[in-house]
Amino acid sequence: MDTLAQPADTQTETIIDIQHLSKFFGEREVLKDINFSVNKGEVVSIIGSSGSGKSTLLRCINLLEKPSGGKIIFEGTNILEDMKDVNQHRTKMGMVFQSFNLFNNLDVLGNCIVGQMKVLKRSKEEATVKALKYLKLVGMDQFIHAKPKQLSGGQKQRVAIARALSMDPDVMLFDEPTSALDPEMVGDVLDVMKNLADSGLTMIIVTHEMDFARDVSDRVVFMDQGVIAEEGPPEQIFNNPKQERTKAFLRRTLK
Amino acid sequence: MNFEVIADIFINNWDAFLRGAGVTLLIAIVGTIIGSIIGLIIGVIRTIPTPDSRVKRIFLRIVNWILSFYIEVFRGTPMMVQAMVIFYGLDLAFGIDIDNMTAAYLIVSVNTGAYMAEIVRGGILSIDKGQFEAAHAIGMNHFQTMMNVILPQTIRNILPATGNEFVINIKDTSVLNVISVSELFFASNTIAGANFMFFETFFITSIIYLILTFTVTRILRLLERKLDGPDNFNLVGNQMQVDIPKFKE
Ligand SMILES: Nc1ncnc2c1ncn2[C@@H]1O[C@H](COP(=O)(O)OP(=O)(O)OP(=O)(O)O)[C@@H](O)[C@H]1O
Ligand SMILES: [Mg+2]
Repeated sequence: MDTLAQPADTQTETIIDIQHLSKFFGEREVLKDINFSVNKGEVVSIIGSSGSGKSTLLRCINLLEKPSGGKIIFEGTNILEDMKDVNQHRTKMGMVFQSFNLFNNLDVLGNCIVGQMKVLKRSKEEATVKALKYLKLVGMDQFIHAKPKQLSGGQKQRVAIARALSMDPDVMLFDEPTSALDPEMVGDVLDVMKNLADSGLTMIIVTHEMDFARDVSDRVVFMDQGVIAEEGPPEQIFNNPKQERTKAFLRRTLK
Repeated sequence: MNFEVIADIFINNWDAFLRGAGVTLLIAIVGTIIGSIIGLIIGVIRTIPTPDSRVKRIFLRIVNWILSFYIEVFRGTPMMVQAMVIFYGLDLAFGIDIDNMTAAYLIVSVNTGAYMAEIVRGGILSIDKGQFEAAHAIGMNHFQTMMNVILPQTIRNILPATGNEFVINIKDTSVLNVISVSELFFASNTIAGANFMFFETFFITSIIYLILTFTVTRILRLLERKLDGPDNFNLVGNQMQVDIPKFKE
């Protein structure tokens, strides 16, 4: 695992710093004055009820949604200022979607090398070696010739993770990676993510899997109606929430 | 119906029939291929997301407006009229004197392009949004996304509609007789004009059209199946068998 990412520095180094971020859809303000930062090697989970803006926040970070205001400072640059380099920034942020979104015209290996070759201009050989390394990591190296439609949901998601890792991102964004999966497949994907977290990769995970969030996160962010209502270490959020709405949400979710 | 007469006509004129059929097929093939390329290019342009910069946005809007104009005009007028206007108009307006075959290729391509543009756009929009997002998320731009992810799927999806255009083109080249292109209909007219046996001659003509369209339909069906690839895949047993392609430069 040691080659996956640089080991987390002993002194903390901010990789993403979000300041006063806002997002409007038409008249509706879905994100309101979000301030939040992530350190290198940190694993942050975002929880909150449906419609609270978790996906929108994640999608703003890699500019799949264009924020309406504020700053997103990624590795020292405000990425909202030089929109020309959008694609450059995106290669450094891996994204895993709820609905997998594999490229249906390509097989498993093709999915993992196309971005490396076309965007990072790696040779096919180099890209293949890298792809195989990550496919092996997620346990999908036997399936390199399979097309997405021939895979189960859990297998697709593991390929999607390998595809994102193959770009050597500095941070991985996960948007409810297990929500579309049959229960028996959830474990496989969570195991892969747990390994990644242990390897020191910086991760931001939107999830409804509370046990998982408690288990892997360095920090948990609770969102409610477009604002960050509370954040802190998992023990605090899950065992000792300070805010009334955090308590209410956890009562509803954990039963 | 006198089959001997029909057979006689064919035996005496088979070369003229075949030449006509050849010209028809050639125009239909060239027109469908160039028309499809026009349609793909327009489809890619018309699905470019709205740019952030104002100048680019205005430029894109003008381009889109011109493309819509082209599509409306060529879908909204009969090809026979387009043939007359283009063939005689180019000469009159610009003094460009093109020969009949060049005019035929041009008219059928441009006409097919207008139909294919809409078909391609529908094909692109039918690909789920998630694949666009995944491509953008790994840093691909619009053009890379189109070339590597979207168009390969679009082309497969619109193949039946393209085949349909091809069949229509085989039949519709007959209107090009108005600018004296010696395709199958024009050739048949010449033959019938000499022997005055219109029914018998055009009976042969219709059989030839049917053979052309039927064959084309079958070939396209085969192509579709080939593009779909095998239903199964092989598990790669162990690392030694992983066929890391041999990279010869
Ligand atoms: N493209 C859009 N246009 C308009 N409104 C949107 C759009 N995308 C999201 N919204 C709205 O923004 C709000 C936040 O949505 P978001 O998807 O971020 O929530 P979420 O926290 O991810 O919810 P879930 O847990 O259901 O995924 C919702 O009210 C949603 O209806
Ligand atoms: Mg969501």
